[in-house]
Amino acid sequence: MKRLPDSRKAKRKSISYAKWGYLFIAPFFLTYAIFNLYPLILTIYNSFFENYRSGLKQVGPNFVGLANYVKLFTPDANGTIDILKYAGNTVVLWLGGAIPQIVIALLLAIFFTSHRLNIRGQQFFKTVIYMPNLIMASAFSMLFFTLFSNVGPVNQLLIQWGVVDTAIDFFSIKITVRSLICLMNFLLWFGNTTILLMAGIMGIDQNLFEAAEIDGAGSIQVFFKVTLPLLMPILVYTIITALIGGLQMFDVPQVLTNGAGTPNRSSMTLIMYLNNYLRTSKNYGMAGAISVIIFIITGLLSLMVYRSLTKKD
Amino acid sequence: MNANYYDSRKAKIQLTISRVVVYAILIFLSVLCLFSFYMLFVNATRSNADLQGGFRLLPSNYFLKNLVNAWNDASINIPRGLLNSFIVASCTAVLSTYFSALTAYGIHAYDFKLKKAAFTFVMAVMVIPNQVSAVGFYQMCVKLGWTNSYIPLIVPSIAAPVVFFYMKQYMESVLPMEIVDAARVDGSGEFRTFNTIILPMLKPALAVQMIFNFVLSWNNYFMPALLLDKAEMKTVPLMIAQLRSADYSKFDMGKVYMFILLAILPVVVVYIILSKSIIKGVTAGSVKG
Repeated sequence: MKRLPDSRKAKRKSISYAKWGYLFIAPFFLTYAIFNLYPLILTIYNSFFENYRSGLKQVGPNFVGLANYVKLFTPDANGTIDILKYAGNTVVLWLGGAIPQIVIALLLAIFFTSHRLNIRGQQFFKTVIYMPNLIMASAFSMLFFTLFSNVGPVNQLLIQWGVVDTAIDFFSIKITVRSLICLMNFLLWFGNTTILLMAGIMGIDQNLFEAAEIDGAGSIQVFFKVTLPLLMPILVYTIITALIGGLQMFDVPQVLTNGAGTPNRSSMTLIMYLNNYLRTSKNYGMAGAISVIIFIITGLLSLMVYRSLTKKD
Repeated sequence: MNANYYDSRKAKIQLTISRVVVYAILIFLSVLCLFSFYMLFVNATRSNADLQGGFRLLPSNYFLKNLVNAWNDASINIPRGLLNSFIVASCTAVLSTYFSALTAYGIHAYDFKLKKAAFTFVMAVMVIPNQVSAVGFYQMCVKLGWTNSYIPLIVPSIAAPVVFFYMKQYMESVLPMEIVDAARVDGSGEFRTFNTIILPMLKPALAVQMIFNFVLSWNNYFMPALLLDKAEMKTVPLMIAQLRSADYSKFDMGKVYMFILLAILPVVVVYIILSKSIIKGVTAGSVKG
């Protein structure tokens, strides 16, 4: 049967391409379901079971309800609750890197975007400060370990200059270990934050700056009255995503302290704690419970990201 | 007139002072960023005996010897590690970029019932860190015999929410749907249209995401450490961690520095060549507040 051109056109228009949409997104969602969703559910499921290896003997899996969670929050013989201690460490280590990271990044972003200052060699500076972000964190940490070790160049220099008589054991002192981790995190991330904040500032209507300048506002006034309020959504986004990243802190302290979080577990982070249960003692129950807690914290933080992004519109 | 002249002079001096301060800060931060890498390079050119002897700011002539020693080390097979890392990272980069583009195109170009739900879902899971599902993931891999295999390191990268989001944003800014319609009129199948017409239009975004995901995978430590324990399967970060846990005092330090240098060098070289587009890529996919 011959169809008229007219009806053919109508037919063409009514062809639904919906199945192609499903087909194109299928691999992504299938993969996500198998490799992320199912493992997540399995992890949560595990947190209600006693399931670990003790020497060569396998214990469980036995259903124990919330016992793993209770154990997680029960103080040990010294009265410390490990998970709170490690959560505290994570926050301290995060803050020590993130505060300078955000303050310096904000300053640099303003320098780079200022027409008045008209900084030369921007590309060079940006290239240099962003570079650490791409460096293997574990190798960077190993590098700092060698540089600050007892026989490393930092100690050699201090002795050569007569600052100290014998080498300082940087890795047995709480404050120096923590400072080194903070410094590394700062170096790894401040370039990235600078570039994000720069984009944010350049997205602000330039006329506003000009108007403020014509009205006689000084650069400090412009910053607090114009730049900062308009930059707030991006700044909040940056801070919270940095917080979610900080929660995952692992490579740097793990390699620097060889997984021990020395001294006295003062640089042990939540993910290192999880890693110890999972890798060393194959304790799926406890590792599961820690994962669930990290998952809940991440979820709450993400909700804050979402709200900070939608509030403006 | 005189007062005016004085004012503008004062402003000029102020500007000069602030410029000097700003450049000083920038130079200080640049030195801070580069110094540890410079020390790494210098120390990789020195012999173990020389390194024990004291601090030195200038390179020595032991670079090749250290390179040969590190390359042929019996316990840490760095050439194998570099090859392993390269295989995993390139497969990951290609898969995550291609399938994220495909997914983003599926949601961008077609209308279907679950379109909005699919997009919201990806956005919601974007921030969930891999580590929280590691327990289940590891159990699954053990059950399937996937420990000491690259499958669990490569295949999951098909679902990369961050890359998807970047691609989606990019398509919204550069991809006119008229082109797709034109291709349809010409009788091009949907899948072919994507591969031969859409993908070439996304080249800049694909390139940037390939680099980022290559680097991400190259540097990845947590998951490979969980899954790989056979020496010949280890990737570079695991070898670096192995250096840390070895008996440190017995090590040839020149070799140790050389190992670290080899671990970061590929990424640094790529970065130096492509820094301009990489830095542009940092912002292009970020959320616009």
